[in-house]
Amino acid sequence: MHIIINILSVSCLLMGLVFFIGGAVGIMRMPDFYSRLHPAGKLDTLGIFTMVAGLVIYNFHHLSLGMVLLSIKMFLIVFFVFLASPTATHSIVDAGMRAGLRPWTQKKEKE
Amino acid sequence: MQKNGNEKNQAGFFSFMITFVFMFITWIVLSGYFEPLLLGLGVLSSLSIAWFFHDLLFAGAVIQDIKVFLRFCQYAPWLIVEIIKANFHMLYLVFHPRMHQLIDPHIIQFQTGLKSDIAITTLANAITLTPGTVTITANAEGGFRVHAIDRKSAEGLPGVMRDRVAQVFGENR
Repeated sequence: MHIIINILSVSCLLMGLVFFIGGAVGIMRMPDFYSRLHPAGKLDTLGIFTMVAGLVIYNFHHLSLGMVLLSIKMFLIVFFVFLASPTATHSIVDAGMRAGLRPWTQKKEKE
Repeated sequence: MQKNGNEKNQAGFFSFMITFVFMFITWIVLSGYFEPLLLGLGVLSSLSIAWFFHDLLFAGAVIQDIKVFLRFCQYAPWLIVEIIKANFHMLYLVFHPRMHQLIDPHIIQFQTGLKSDIAITTLANAITLTPGTVTITANAEGGFRVHAIDRKSAEGLPGVMRDRVAQVFGENR
């Protein structure tokens, strides 16, 4: 039983790591301001979701009421990130649009 | 006139109750103590907060809004599945060696016909949460401008997601 919990939680944590690395690499590789926001703002949301899920699964080792409450608290973090992340992404995009920055397109690449 | 005032009182009482229940559940989850004294203190502070702020958090809530909440609970798992699918697509794009040929950033505009603020906000947040698309502007008439990273992320946009959100908030046209 313990080994199943360990395998599940470690694989969830590794998944989260892959998503976070993808976000970081995406910020470096994308061509312009707007497309950089896609990996930055969004791969993080699933990254934090899988990581917290892994930690919650690890809590099942000592199942008690306190641990259940702790897991709910950890999922509250995910909930607030899911609320705050799109808002922050939107305000950054809006700032770029107001400043008049033109998005990168395939045509510009060819010129 | 009399009846109208009565309905208003009922709505106020309902939003008072829902604020109280919400605050008390938050108290229990965050404290984790179950001694009578601490639970009593929780009831007291939740009551006072609900008394002062019931017209702030769930202003104008009525009993019919429970249906909206239940439909939202059905919609949330679907949204999470969409987020996971789109995240894997994004991950594929990020690690692809010829990424600059695969992506095709462009801006699309469409009219959704959603009316209420909460529906427009939910749709805008859902569009931004699914990777590949970011809401740039959303106006009060339900018009959206969305920045999409490639054609595949953009193709399903005004369709399914708009219908889901419209169904949650009971706006069919």
